Amino acid sequence: MESAEWGSRVLPSLGRLSRGPPFGRMQGQLGLSLSSHGLSPAPRSLANADPRRTAFLLHKQWTLYSVTPLYRFSSARLRAYARMLSAFIAAEKQKGLAVEVGVELDIKVAVSSLPDLRGTDQDQAAILVQLSLRSPISKKNSEDKLVWSGCFCSVFGDDLSEKIPPDFTCLPLFLTNGAESYTSIVGSWFQKNFDCSFRRLAISPLNLGWMAAMWTGCKMDILTSAIELVFSVPRLPQPLDISYAIHPEDAKALWDTIQKTPGEITQEEVDVFMDCLYAHFHRHFKIHLSATKLVKVSTAIASAHCDGIIKFLQSQYLTGVLMLLTELAICHIQ
Amino acid sequence: MSVVQPFDKLPIPNSAACLLVGSDEGLQQRLAEALLLEKKSFKISIHLATSLPLPSERDHLRPRIDLIVFMIDIKSKYSLENVEASLAYVDASFFLGKVCFLVTGVGRVNSCSVEISAVWKLGEAYCSPVLFCELELEGIRVATAQRLLRMLQICAGHITGVSALSFGLLMRNSDDN
Repeated sequence: MESAEWGSRVLPSLGRLSRGPPFGRMQGQLGLSLSSHGLSPAPRSLANADPRRTAFLLHKQWTLYSVTPLYRFSSARLRAYARMLSAFIAAEKQKGLAVEVGVELDIKVAVSSLPDLRGTDQDQAAILVQLSLRSPISKKNSEDKLVWSGCFCSVFGDDLSEKIPPDFTCLPLFLTNGAESYTSIVGSWFQKNFDCSFRRLAISPLNLGWMAAMWTGCKMDILTSAIELVFSVPRLPQPLDISYAIHPEDAKALWDTIQKTPGEITQEEVDVFMDCLYAHFHRHFKIHLSATKLVKVSTAIASAHCDGIIKFLQSQYLTGVLMLLTELAICHIQ
Repeated sequence: MSVVQPFDKLPIPNSAACLLVGSDEGLQQRLAEALLLEKKSFKISIHLATSLPLPSERDHLRPRIDLIVFMIDIKSKYSLENVEASLAYVDASFFLGKVCFLVTGVGRVNSCSVEISAVWKLGEAYCSPVLFCELELEGIRVATAQRLLRMLQICAGHITGVSALSFGLLMRNSDDN
């Protein structure tokens, strides 16, 4: 897609706040981190990509991390990395940090490259790490059981990849599915070998509201599931969660009346959309949702939780959602 | 009179009054306590309100308000809406340096529900400084209390040679740099 078609970029958000007052007006202003272009189906460059190869991402719960650029990572040495990683995992097990006890289990590591999972050609091809269980009890020809997957990717991450020196590989978004213990082992191996650092990518309520508006506005042939927003009410003796479900056609009709330019979304439009939903709720239940914290957004396209957990539900908009997450990851690193 | 006026009452010698307006009462309480703990050479009275207008029944008991601090919690959009609604009940001459916006909860970026550029725009529209703080951290709470106390001293006219208006302009000019 031509870069001229994208809307203007909204100011990037600030990573951390508690140190010093860097609340400058122009650079580093704390605000929305997502750019204002809307979500569109996969761009032309990926039209030839095989959706079956990226289908493994769908319908699974992925935990999000942001990764700083990897030093001297070469996509030609993936098999060597797989060998080294499996040796590392075996060594960790010897040390008693094993995740399974009892049966002697063999973890097989596969590291592969996914050239389909990227935005432009400037992006690095995604790297997929898979840990499977090879138990000696199972038959020789039976399939190994996949226990953990991790995917490094960068979709339209030009912002960061342009600025870094050539020895570094830029893959800011890391998605994991599987036990947390494996995530920490794999993460520490990558940290030791490529001098990168992983941080859990949390999504703020502001960005979740943005995602809700963006995903509601997507054109879908069949609108299957409702738009669901979950709010957590602060400072109560017992924790209270409010779940607000909206019929997808109503939500889309509301968004269509608000959005002025198709393909472009502004912060004002997102605010108006959310305010309308809050006002409707207040009229019926006399509860101000704007005083609560938005923790989860579920639509037919994807569902996102503020702790940094995402579930992709549509292959058509997969790239778009990954692009949003890459942007969040990049802002998180900076 | 439902609108808060800056000069409708006579000042009390060697004392100053500050009004904190914000939807979160717990935070207001903590800030007020921090203000009272500070060493000062004048008497201070702090009034807390969740929103304006103030009830008119007790108007005659209230002293002249020298500084209004509007507290906005970054985790709650409702607090911003509350402040925006309350601004209508403040007399225009208050905005010559006697109003300040205090944004709290900035230590928690991941719970941010308010867009900061909206707060900056509010500060610019009302010609008032915007301060950021995190009242859950004691060091910052004490520092914020000291800042507000200084501003209160200036707004009450206790510092000779510096008026509220000139100080407000000074803060705005330093922001722009």
